[in-house]
Amino acid sequence: MKEVEINSTTLNFGPQHPAAHGVLRLVVDLDGEVVERAEPHIGLLHRGTEKLIEYKTYLQAVPYFDRLDYVSPMCQEHAFALSTEKLLSLEVPIRAQYIRVIFSEITRILNHLLNIPAYAADIGAVTPFLWCFEKREKLLEFHEAVSGARFHAAYFRPGGVHQDMPKGMEEKLYDYINTLPKFIDDLEELLTNNRILRQRSVDIGIITKQEAIDWGCSGPVLRSSGVAWDLRRSQPYDAYNKVDFEVPIGKKGDCFDRYLIRIEEMRQSIKIINQCLEQIKPGIISVNDNKITPPKRNTMKKSMESLIHHFKLFTEGYRVPTGETYCAVEAPKGEFGVFLVSDGSSKPYRCKIRAPGFAHLQTLNHLSRGHLMADIAAILGSLDIVFGEVDR
Amino acid sequence: MIDEPPIKKILEERFPNFKIIYKKEYYEIYIKKDEIFDTIKKIKEDPELCYDQLTDLTAVDYPSREERFELIYLFLSMTLNSRIVIKSSIKIEDKIESISSLYKSANWFERECYDLFGIYFLNHPDLRRIMTDYNFEGHPLRKDFPLTGHTEVRYDDLEKKVVYEPVQLNQEFRNFDYMSPWEGFENELIGDEKSKDKDN
Repeated sequence: MKEVEINSTTLNFGPQHPAAHGVLRLVVDLDGEVVERAEPHIGLLHRGTEKLIEYKTYLQAVPYFDRLDYVSPMCQEHAFALSTEKLLSLEVPIRAQYIRVIFSEITRILNHLLNIPAYAADIGAVTPFLWCFEKREKLLEFHEAVSGARFHAAYFRPGGVHQDMPKGMEEKLYDYINTLPKFIDDLEELLTNNRILRQRSVDIGIITKQEAIDWGCSGPVLRSSGVAWDLRRSQPYDAYNKVDFEVPIGKKGDCFDRYLIRIEEMRQSIKIINQCLEQIKPGIISVNDNKITPPKRNTMKKSMESLIHHFKLFTEGYRVPTGETYCAVEAPKGEFGVFLVSDGSSKPYRCKIRAPGFAHLQTLNHLSRGHLMADIAAILGSLDIVFGEVDR
Repeated sequence: MIDEPPIKKILEERFPNFKIIYKKEYYEIYIKKDEIFDTIKKIKEDPELCYDQLTDLTAVDYPSREERFELIYLFLSMTLNSRIVIKSSIKIEDKIESISSLYKSANWFERECYDLFGIYFLNHPDLRRIMTDYNFEGHPLRKDFPLTGHTEVRYDDLEKKVVYEPVQLNQEFRNFDYMSPWEGFENELIGDEKSKDKDN
């Protein structure tokens, strides 16, 4: 029998590694420095969110969504709020819809402001990290202004939003958001034509149209391959059908395209926020039904019924009619969906969370085959993986 | 979501034996467990349907039913801008044909389903646990799996390693029954079952 010598090295990458963006363990088979197989081991951050939600009322389930993809919290609350509202057949007031769109877009900018410099840091640039975190911090102040928390906002509640924007915030937001295009120009100056960034990302991790669809990709990863698909456009929810924006798509589907798409999406988000701020009008911010949304604090001091409503809402919660639904939003990372099954009680019977990162991480083996070991870090960064949502 | 009716017509033509429900955001087809693979193959390869993306695959546990799990496949067609849900009831011991040869994304989704529910997929390339710990026992999303789990881990300073121990709760897990007696119960008094017939 002929002896075959196999020159492959098996390397364990992670679970504690700065380029792994969290707790990812990769088992990599290398031939020299060329990757033959990269097998992700996930689940190190599995907290059983879906199981926990089955034991909580619908309102208590909201904060769990902040903790999934902790970089873009509000978009996930959005998906849960939409699916609960669908089961309750609620129509959210128009002002709440605009507020939700504004904050979804702020969240999108926040997410990209983290992903782009993190990606740049993975392949050698440190300065963008410092720049973007400064801007992020200021944007997070708007999160704080409406919800009291910078990250774990629990702001989008089924039936509307928790509270109205404070006085003067619209002007402040308008002023601040319009300083961002200049900042994005500066950021691009630093990165887009940078020789190192280009060498490390052009033609790395190419995904074709057909593969992207087949692997269940969505969001920037899908669009980078040239598929013009954006849920905000094709299946608009809340006030997205009232604003005008463009959906950037890529040509090659490599890491560089994904980077460019994120840059362009930030510009489009600014455009959407500006339009919303123009169109938004005063009004109520959650449905006027005390069986779903809590009564105002001052009415509780006078009215017995309000007090009872408040007590019932925060102990028992509200009953949701039997049924099931699937609602998806275009989260910054891709299609984030919630499949909700209700058995008529005040707790969800089953809540399946469809996280974009889970599908994206699955493509890693395919994308990194034939590339160098160092490219794995670049590919991971460009897929925008956050383990909170992958492991759930 | 424009032009919904034409899709419904196509679906009805292709699947005359199944009940097709239109639910505003998506269609729903309920099929038998041994038809899963063929039906999915059809909806993928039919040029007029072209549901070419598997968005999600999951299950729901109904312990009281004889066919305990409801397996749910969620597909998206970007050309039609339409979603479809394929559902099937399966027994605990049933083995389901894997669709990972049709959709690459099914690989991890099926692994997740196997891990959390214990549903076995046939001809899956790599059916291992994915979410839970190495050497984990049980299937956490089944309704009879306790929320607190069975084991907990801690670092043992004497043994200098992480040890697994049975869960010990200082306080019993509290699951309150908020069912209001005015709205919640069927008004049934023991020995009073026949009163309904008399009154009405």
